[in-house]
Parts: sequence; structure tokens; C-alpha cells
Amino acid sequence: MAVKELLDRYTRMEKLPHIWCPGCGHGIILGSVLRAIQRQNLEPDKTTIVSGIGCSSRAPGYMKFDTLHTTHGRALAFATGVKLARPELNVIVLSGDGDCAAIGGNHLIHAARRNINLTTVVFNNSIYGMTSGQYSPLTPHKRFATTAPYGNVDHPFDLCQLVIAAGATYVARGTAYHTQMLIDLIAKGIERKGFSFIEVVTQCPTYYGRKNKLGSAIDMLNWQKEHGVPVKAAAKLPPEKMEGKFVIGELHCTQRPEYVEEYQRIIDRMERE
Amino acid sequence: MAQKVAITGNEAVALAMKQINPDVVAAYPITPQTEIVQIFSTYVNNGLIDTEFVTVESEHSAMSATVGAASAGARAMTATSANGLALMWEIVYIAASNRLPIVMPVVNRALSGPINIHCDHSDAMGARDSGWIQLWSENTQEAYDNMIQAVRLAENPNVQLPVMVCMDGFIISHAMENAEVLPDEVVREFIGDYTPQKTLLDKENPVTAGPLAFTDSYFEFKRAQAEAMIQAKPYVLEVAREYAKVSGREYGLFETYKLEDAEVGIVVLGSTAGTAKNVVDKLRGQGFKAGLLKPRVFRPFPAEELATALGHLKALAVMDRADSFNAFSGPLFAEITAAMYDSGAQTKIVNYIYGLGGRDVGLGDIEKVYGHLARIAESGKVDQRLNYLGVRE
Ligand SMILES: Cc1ncc(C[n+]2csc(CCOP(=O)(O)OP(=O)(O)O)c2C)c(N)n1
Ligand code: SF4
Repeated sequence: MAVKELLDRYTRMEKLPHIWCPGCGHGIILGSVLRAIQRQNLEPDKTTIVSGIGCSSRAPGYMKFDTLHTTHGRALAFATGVKLARPELNVIVLSGDGDCAAIGGNHLIHAARRNINLTTVVFNNSIYGMTSGQYSPLTPHKRFATTAPYGNVDHPFDLCQLVIAAGATYVARGTAYHTQMLIDLIAKGIERKGFSFIEVVTQCPTYYGRKNKLGSAIDMLNWQKEHGVPVKAAAKLPPEKMEGKFVIGELHCTQRPEYVEEYQRIIDRMERE
Repeated sequence: MAQKVAITGNEAVALAMKQINPDVVAAYPITPQTEIVQIFSTYVNNGLIDTEFVTVESEHSAMSATVGAASAGARAMTATSANGLALMWEIVYIAASNRLPIVMPVVNRALSGPINIHCDHSDAMGARDSGWIQLWSENTQEAYDNMIQAVRLAENPNVQLPVMVCMDGFIISHAMENAEVLPDEVVREFIGDYTPQKTLLDKENPVTAGPLAFTDSYFEFKRAQAEAMIQAKPYVLEVAREYAKVSGREYGLFETYKLEDAEVGIVVLGSTAGTAKNVVDKLRGQGFKAGLLKPRVFRPFPAEELATALGHLKALAVMDRADSFNAFSGPLFAEITAAMYDSGAQTKIVNYIYGLGGRDVGLGDIEKVYGHLARIAESGKVDQRLNYLGVRE
């Protein structure tokens, strides 16, 4: 679909210009989410986008769907309510690394544990962008943030491993650089029944980039290109070659009973009895 | 020597915190408060103070860590705005009921939803029954002065209550003004060392904080807490008198402006009082007897003093930068009218809800309110009690 058509169909053009800084990766992820929605042919009337608070969580403001902009960290809790009330809706959750792993971390593990049929896309820029560059639970060890002037003492979560352990049935990692792969990953996440989780490594040149002297947005995209190693290639590399790099692609795909269906099953059974 | 500086509200509060040098500060960012802890963290980072600075993963944790530190006998602080305060809610009540002398700047911002980052008072007004003392500020100077007085007030053995220092988001927090700041040693001497009465780390005298208190004792705890707030009022004034000696600036329970001989008056909190004073001057120039009262201490609520100061007015408008959504009035109006009723005053009172979500309030808006009051004073009748200022209907 031509870009113009995509924009006309899925975006609230009247809301532009957007709030994101020049070079911010969030727009690329939004574009990929829209293309994945288009590929899966989701009807806008049957699709709800839910977000928390942050630069990333602003994305639904530009999307021509029923959208729910909630509170910081709570998108998954709201989305759980939406999905339980209206199981026929496609519910997509857009969140930031701070939103979803810090203040909202509890909701993340429980959504994964329940394996509720939601697709969650986390815009991981390794920082709290909106509040000007405090470290998040995904800021790498020793990296700088306004709250880590001597380098981050904490070690980051591997969010994908976390949600796999918690019970998510589809887990993938992409980057803002590898857009074709990202569209595939999100599209598959939408297609899969159960809790689908896609972490997207992206750039915040304004805070994370500047604090860590990572250069321009293009430099940061190149870094993603050079450090994101596809699953198959990574499997062949010895551990020392993976040092400082991260795996991208589909990390986990399995099947478990889905929460809303299980819930319905109980209701049906009780109605019969 | 005190020094005159050009400084924003957030910078002034961060500077006050530096001079206070608390043992522990727990922080989570939220606009427009973020700068306070951000600037404060650079003082810690540069070794200028020895505070333990704890970055946490939400405001719920920020208040929890602050309560933990204060229970262990530390001078502990945090700061927040709007949804951050809302998320702290559970622990905000516990801080007060455990009688912990925590000081917390609240940079007032509208509560969601819809989400908005600009000034109104819905956050602090929502916490008005939480048992915290509330000091309100008109400008940067007052925010700074309130911070320093708050520490001494909270820690007074006869008070032992947490204090919120409220200042308007952006209007005060981000605007640069001239203010006079005290030398570090003057502040240090003024607040003194903190000696907690009971701490969790005193192994000779073990205590438990926050245990179960059921039907046989809960009410007594709450009664004692209520009494602490009732007894706090004279100490607010005592601390203010002491502060005047070191700063030369006088503070009371509220400030009046050309109120004594006024026929009509406005009660308004925070930065809008500055705007309203200009309008009073203009109207006075035209021979119109307008006055103003700006509460500083909202908790404890100085009911008798307010009623005495306002009782001679023919007409009064209480302005609320928060709505109670109770189909009656805003919070300040409800309490002031209750106080006036008790005193038997004959003043006609109306309520104006204004400035929600940062809606600008100009001189013209305030003039309209005085115009309304003039009509009420003349007719002796309240035509409309609840009014909304500057909103599209
Ligand atoms: C309860 C509450 N606390 C704090 C905030 C302030 N806040 C807004 S966005 C944000 C962090 C956003 O970081 P992230 O989720 O990583 O998204 P990004 O802006 O980097 O895209 C914070 C702390 C808030 N809105 N609500
Ligand atoms: S601050 Fe960072 S995350 Fe936010 S819009 Fe700017 S570049 Fe993007």
C-alpha cells in the first residue's frame, strides 16, 4: 500500500505534526505497527489500541482507531479489561520500556502469566524519554542517564526472557532499523492467539544518545544494524562473538490455553450445570 | 548574608533541599516536578551534600521508601505532582498516621483525565483529608521559605506531621523570579539537627510501626492524629515568627491584601493571588473597595481566623482551582462557607472554579469576579452560587 493510502486509512492526519524529536525511532515503530495491522487486514472498527504514558505511548494519538490513552504503566491492566469485556476486538498495546518494565512491571508479568490474547509492542529506547532521560530498567549497565551520571549501577532486565519465563506464548525482538523484520514480527504477534510480546530496540537521540555520546540518529540506527544479530546467525556464533550484541527475530513461539477462552469455558460450564 | 538571585521555583525548592541536606531523598520523575529532584541529584552527584538519593520505579515506591527512611529515624523527603501524588495515595495516608515528619514539595498539576501537565490544584486538594499539613505558595520566594519552615514545623515534637509544600506547576516551578535565599549555615541552624522521638533502629527500645489496630484501638489512634492537627496551628505561627528573625520575611496563616476596609473580597490560593492583587490595586484606584485574602495554611484549616478576617465583607468570592464534582462547590468554598456560617457572618458568598488544566487567568477574568461581587453587594442577593470562570460553555 502506498504511504499516502496507509496514512489516509490509519492515521489521524489532523493530529500532525507529531510531538517526537527529529530522529526519534518511535515514528518508525508506529509505521511498522500500522503496516502490520494492514497486512493482517484488521478492521479499524474491530481494533483497539491501548497505551500508557510516555513519548512512545503518544503513538495511539495519531492512529485512526478506537484508542485508549491510559495512565503511566497501566496500559496492560486497561487492555485486559477491554479484552475480557469485548473478546472479539483485536487489542494492541503500545508501551515504553519505563512504562512497561518499571512502574508497570507487575502488569507485564501477570498479562504474560495469564497468556491473554493481547499484542504488546514495547518501544525500548533504554531511557525515560518524556521526563528527560532518567534511566529505566532497560538502561544497560554502566550507561549514562541524567540519574546515572557515573554510569548505571543497575543491570537491565532481559524483557523477552522475563515474559517467556512468565508464560507469554509469542516473544520477539526487533529494531527500528530492521523495519521489514519488525513488520513481520508484529504481524505474527497479532496473528498468534495468546500473549504476544515484541520488544523493539529504538533510538532516543535526544536523551539516551546525547548522554552516551552515541552520535546522530543515523549513527544510532547503524548501531542497531551492527549489534542486532538474527536468531539463526546468533545460534552459530560463539558466546564471545555475541558480547555486547543482542538477538533479534522470533525468540519464542509456543501454545498454551488462552485466558479469555478459558474464562469463557468456565462461564459456559457453569451455565450448563 | 542573604542573597538576591534570579531563580525558578523548582531551582529554589531544590536549593532549599540542598540547604536542608536530608538524609534520604527518594525520587521518581513527573512533569513539572522532575526538575526539583533532577537539580537536587546534581548536588548529591557533585558531593555538595551527603543525602542518600534513591531512584525508584514509581511514586508508590518513592513514598514507601520515604516512609521507610523516616521510620528508621532519617530526615526524609520526596517530591511529586498530579498522578504521582495520586499513585502515592495509599502511603500518603500512612505517612501522616505514623506521624512521620516528611516534607514533600507538590508542584501542582491537573490530575488525569484527560491527561494534562499544566497547573491546577486537583492533586493537593485530593489529598486534603490525608492528614498532611499543607502550606501554599504564591511565588518562588514563598515556595523557598515554606520549604525551610516546613522542616522545622514537621519535626516539632508537638507536631510530628508530614508537610506538603504546594506551588503552582509551570507558573511558579518554571518561571524565573527574583528571590532572596539564605546562606546555608543560617538554614542549617534554623532547622537544627533532627532527633526522632522513636526509631526502628533503637534496639534498646524496640517499636513496631503500623501494626493492626482494630475496633478496640483504631479510633483512638485517629483521634490522636486529629488532635495533632488541631494543636499544630500555634506552631505554624511560632515557626513563622522564628523564621522572620532570620529572613526578615513574615508569614502567617494567610495573607490579607487591602482587606481591612474592603466591601468585597476574593479568597484565592497560589500564584493567582499575585494577579488578583494587581486587580485590587486597579479597582482601588477607581474608588472601589476591593480586597483579597490568600490562604497559606490550608491544613490545619484556620477557620476562626478566616471568618474573623472575612466577616465584615458584603460579598466574597472563593476561588477554587479544583472542582469537587459534588454538584455544589469546590473544596475551598465549602470549608470557608462552613467557617463563616459558624461565625454568624452575613457575607454573601459565591464560588468560582477557575484555571483547570492550566487555563490562563488574566486580570480581566478577576475583574469580572469583582464586578459580580459589586452587583451582589448592591442587591444583597446571590444570583448564582457556583460559577465557572473563563470556560467555554
Ligand atoms: C504516575 C506517574 N508518574 C510519573 C509520570 C511521569 N512520566 C511520564 S512518561 C514517563 C517515563 C516514560 O518513559 P518510557 O516509558 O520509557 O517512554 P519514552 O518516553 O521513553 O518513550 C514518566 C516517568 C506519570 N505520567 N505518571
Ligand atoms: S525525548 Fe527521546 S523518546 Fe522522546 S520524542 Fe525525543 S527522541 Fe523520542
